[in-house]
Parts: sequence; structure tokens; C-alpha cells
Amino acid sequence: MTMLCTLANGQTAKITALPQGMSGRRLEALGLRPGKVVTKVSGMPFFGPVTIVLDGRQIAIGHGICCKVSVEPLAERKAEK
Amino acid sequence: MLFNKCAGCPLGECPGKCPFSTLEIGGDTDNKKVLLVGNPNVGKSALFTRLTGVHAFSSNYPGTTVGFTEGYLRFEGVRYRLIDVPGAYTLEPTNEAEDVAKRILEEGADVVVITVDATALERNLNLALQVLEMGLPSVIALNMVDEARHEGINIDVEALEKALGVPVVGTVAVTGQGISELISRLKDARPGIAVPAAERWNRIGEIAASAQTIEHRHHTVRDRIEDLSVHPGWGALLGLFAILGSFAAVRVIGEGLIDYLLDPLFNGILMPIFQWLGPLLGGEGSLPFRVLLGMLVDGRIDPELSFGLLTTGLYVPLVMVLPYVVAFYGVLSFLEDVGYLPRFAVLFDALLHKVGLHGFAIVPNLLGLGCNVPGIMATRILESRRERFIASTLISVAVPCAGLQAMIIGALGDLGGRYVLAVYGTLFVAWVILGRIMHKFLPGYSPELVVEIPPYRLPAFKGIGMKLWFRIKGFLMEAIPMVLAGVLVANLLSTSGFMDVVSALLSPLFRGVLGLPPETAGPILLGFLRKDIAVGMLIPMRLQPGQMVVAVVTLAMTFPCIATFIVLWKELGVKDMLKTIGIMILAALAAGGVLNFLFALAS
Repeated sequence: MTMLCTLANGQTAKITALPQGMSGRRLEALGLRPGKVVTKVSGMPFFGPVTIVLDGRQIAIGHGICCKVSVEPLAERKAEK
Repeated sequence: MLFNKCAGCPLGECPGKCPFSTLEIGGDTDNKKVLLVGNPNVGKSALFTRLTGVHAFSSNYPGTTVGFTEGYLRFEGVRYRLIDVPGAYTLEPTNEAEDVAKRILEEGADVVVITVDATALERNLNLALQVLEMGLPSVIALNMVDEARHEGINIDVEALEKALGVPVVGTVAVTGQGISELISRLKDARPGIAVPAAERWNRIGEIAASAQTIEHRHHTVRDRIEDLSVHPGWGALLGLFAILGSFAAVRVIGEGLIDYLLDPLFNGILMPIFQWLGPLLGGEGSLPFRVLLGMLVDGRIDPELSFGLLTTGLYVPLVMVLPYVVAFYGVLSFLEDVGYLPRFAVLFDALLHKVGLHGFAIVPNLLGLGCNVPGIMATRILESRRERFIASTLISVAVPCAGLQAMIIGALGDLGGRYVLAVYGTLFVAWVILGRIMHKFLPGYSPELVVEIPPYRLPAFKGIGMKLWFRIKGFLMEAIPMVLAGVLVANLLSTSGFMDVVSALLSPLFRGVLGLPPETAGPILLGFLRKDIAVGMLIPMRLQPGQMVVAVVTLAMTFPCIATFIVLWKELGVKDMLKTIGIMILAALAAGGVLNFLFALAS
């Protein structure tokens, strides 16, 4: 299974599951939930946060949480809707 | 007729006229309680300011509106009491602000204005549906419709109104567009659809699909800059430019204010008054003269060195420190309103993680560079008590405020830039090491960063001006009484001989560990009250450059000023404050000792 933190920059993926508990709820409150398509913008070195784009808006997520979000990478870059 | 009590009101019920408010709460049906709710960064505070005219903040980093603001609006004979509820993404609380928002909503209201960001409809509808589920009469302010259109997002207001069952008004809070329509429709507020939690996201998808059309849009220059801002290499470079640019701007603005405005004003207006006042007080040597004007330096009053209440006591905070505080907060408010601070949080998250904090904590630390008091107060935006303790301790020990920085440069600048750098470098290393130690030994864990990064926006200069004024006012009210008290106590302690006794007691410590002459104990202890004065007293002691660096570092790391001490007490409680002070003394002695050792090795 692929995790959000292991995506390459610029890669697009569909969220398949969020972590349990508070961190998952915080992500969901920001609109990140299973089925949503996101694109990774960048990841900071030294286990820094990962920035993704969701519905045209950037969200930065700490490295630890990112490694608990499972995704399904999409082969081709989907056109932004 | 009874009305909803104001939060925290000690009265059991509201009588005809509220004794705590200057506004009459009449016994008629003209009063309506309006709650303004919405996600963070949707322009809610700007909308509040538009509606009430009361000065409130509109900023881009999470946390500013914790607590809430109230204001009044009169329209067609109805008096609306508006409450600006803290920004929330959800009413299933994930932080303190959301918890407060939920509680305020549960108290009930006559009208709820749900502010929805048109550029991020789905996420905002999540909160909107949760609020509607509570069944309170509601109106939706669809804000930032101009920006949405710009981004190719078109929202059919009528379709949205139909789908949600409540009035929807398109607004642009920054320019005032749509505000009068919003006000006139407050009376149409009604309960909307109630969607069970399990179906919420599905329904949001349906609503968005029916009311929103998005045109494909090419990457704009702004998108490019936004992507680069969070890129490891380019982002760091941009961050470096932001920091260097900020400090350059602070210096230019600060020095400009001193050289061309405040110093001439002080010398031109107040000094002649002091010269006239001198003989009236009984001339040099009399007690009133010594307390109010101080000692003559080379036969005249010197505002920096005379140490009188009216001379040094006013000159230091008003002429030497205030300009830098003004400049610093001006620059910070600008960065805040442009939307740069969340990017800073991303850049610094990895570093802050090493000390048990996360990216948000960069904001209190930066604020601390202006004045530690607001810095420590801003640690409230951090979630856990552990983080607040670590951040407050780090700020009070190793983040030098603008006043202290001016003194560091004053004491060491003439000896050479490398000595100034040595002090800054030591403070930074101390910040990292101390943070690592606390992170390792304090129980608990630190939560991770999850932050929305709002788009870059052109700031409204009126908003920056208002925020700057608020912060300066806070500084003046806190700082001036403290400085005056500090000068007074410093005068008393040094004339009574108390300091000589303590200095003698501590001199072995100073000589042995820090390699400093015993007479430096006095100024360093005085630093508890007034660091700036302490540095001023060190300058005439003609220390070696190395000794001066040790003394300045020790001074910078020990006792924060009295104001910081009080705010630490208020924010952390007595027990944790004492812990912080213990850590502070140990850290200062350790840093001073190591530096002394290194300088001894080098010479």
C-alpha cells in the first residue's frame, strides 16, 4: 500500500484511508477524505511537512501523519476538474 | 422579557438595562443576537469589521481569533449584537478554538451568519451543514466571490439558496461588496436543511455539483510562487530573503524613526523642560533631582546614562525601543496579511519538531523577537500544555526581544560585528540544545502540523495599520510602567547598597564559572528588572571583548524583564514558571561557562 508521504513531487493520487483518531478528523475537517484526489507539491527535507493540493488549495501535513494516509497513485495526471 | 445572557455575566437574568454595558438593552423585541461563524481565513473578521465598524482583526494565521469579539449593528430599528465566533473547520472539535465555537453556538442565537469561502466551497459547506443541523435561523455570506470568479469558479447563488434552504448573499468583505444586502436579509434568516452526519459529505458533493461550475484555468504566476514557497530549495531561499528583508526593513524604519523623529523630538521638547526643571527641584544632588532627572554626565543631563525617571526612564522605552517595536510589528503584520506565515511554518516545521514543537510555533518565536510578552501570549495557539511550556521557556531564555537586541548591538557593535554574531549564534545554539533537552525529558508527545495554506493576498493597508496600532498600544501600556518602575527600583537598590552585598555573595560564581569581575554581578542581577540598563552599566566597566560577550549572553538568557516574568506566571502558573526560571538560570550559567572556557582556550 502506498502512503501519502512516499509520493513523488507532482504525483497525483486518490485518498483511500485516513488514520484513526484526532489526526484523521483534522484532515477530514480540511476536506481531505477517502475518494478525494490530491497532488503532492513538495516535501521538506529532514522529515518536514508534505504540501499537497486539494481542490486547488494547498495544505501542509506533518510527516508523521502523512505516513498514515494511504493513497492509490493515479497513473496519468488527471486534469484538474 | 428575558434575553440571552452575555458570556460571563454574573447576573442571573438581564434586567431592563445592563449595568455592565454602555449600551441600553431595552425591554423590547428589538435586540437580536447574531453569531458570525466560519472556517479560519475566510474573511470572517473582515466581515465583522464591515458590519459593526468595531476594530477587529483579520489575519491569515490560525489562532488570532481565539476568544471572541463583540460589536453592535443597528438596522431598521433593530439592534443586532454581533459575536465573532472563533474560526472552526468542524463542530466535532479538534482544537480549543473549535471547542469554543461549538459552545457559543450551543448557547443559541437569533441569527447565525455562516461565512463561506467561495473559493473552497466543499470544505466550507462541511461546517455550514453542521451549523444548519443545529436548527438555528441562518443566513449564508458567500464571501470572496470576486476571487472565486478570478479562479474560474462560478457559484449559482439561487441554486445554493434552494439547496440549503437559507438565504445566500454573495459578498466581498474586503471591499464591502454585498454587505448592505447581507444586512437587509438578516431578517429573512430561517432554519435550513438538516443532514445527518453520515450523509453529509455525499450531500455536499451533490450540492457542489449542482451549484458550482469550475472552468479549467492555467497555472498563474501566483500559483508558481505558491508552489515555490513550499519547495525545499526555493522555499528556503525565499524564506531567507523574507527574513533578511524583514530585518533590513526593521533597521531602516527603526533607525529612521529614531534619527529623524523621536530623538529630535525628545531633545527639542523634553530636554529644555528638564533644564528648566532642574533648579526648581533643588539642583544637582538633591533627592528629587536624582530620582526624576538622575545624575549629570559631563555636566549635563544625558538621556541614555543619567538614569532619572523622566530622562532615561522615558528615553529608553520611547526613543530607543519603541521605534524598533513599531518597525518589527509593521513588517510582521505585513507578512501575516500577505499570507506568508503558514509558509514559514512549513519551512520551520522540521527544525521545530526537533525541539518538540511544530511549524505553528514559529509565530510565537517570531513575535518574541519584537517583545517576549506577546510572544509568550501567542503560545496559546499551540495545542498542548507541553508545547506551550517548551515554547514559553525557549522564548524567555533564548529569544532576544527588540529592546535587548538594541542593547546587544549597543554593547558589542563597536567592538566588531563578529562579537554580535557570537551572541546571536550562542543564543540560537542554546535555543536548539535547550529545546532538545526539554523534548527528551518532558512527558507527553507533541502533535503534528496540519495547516491550510491560504493563497497569497494583497494586504489591505488599513487592516495592517489597525493591527499595528493595537500592538503598539499594548506595548506602551505594558512597557512604560514597567520601565519606570524598573528605573525607580534600580535607583533604590544601587543607592541603598543592597546590590553591593549580593554582588559580593555571588562574586565567586561570577569569577569561577563565567570569568567575570565581581562588580558585573550587580548589573546582571539588575537585569531582572531592566536588561537595557544592565547592559548600559556594563559598558563603562571596560571588560575584555570576550568577557563582554559572556556577560551579554548571560544577561540575555537570564531573567526576562518583569513584564515577561508576570506573563509567564499568568500563562503557565506558579509551578511551571518556577521551573522555567530554574531552567533559565542553569542554561545561562552553562552557556556563559562554556563560552568563557572557549574564549580561554582561544587566547
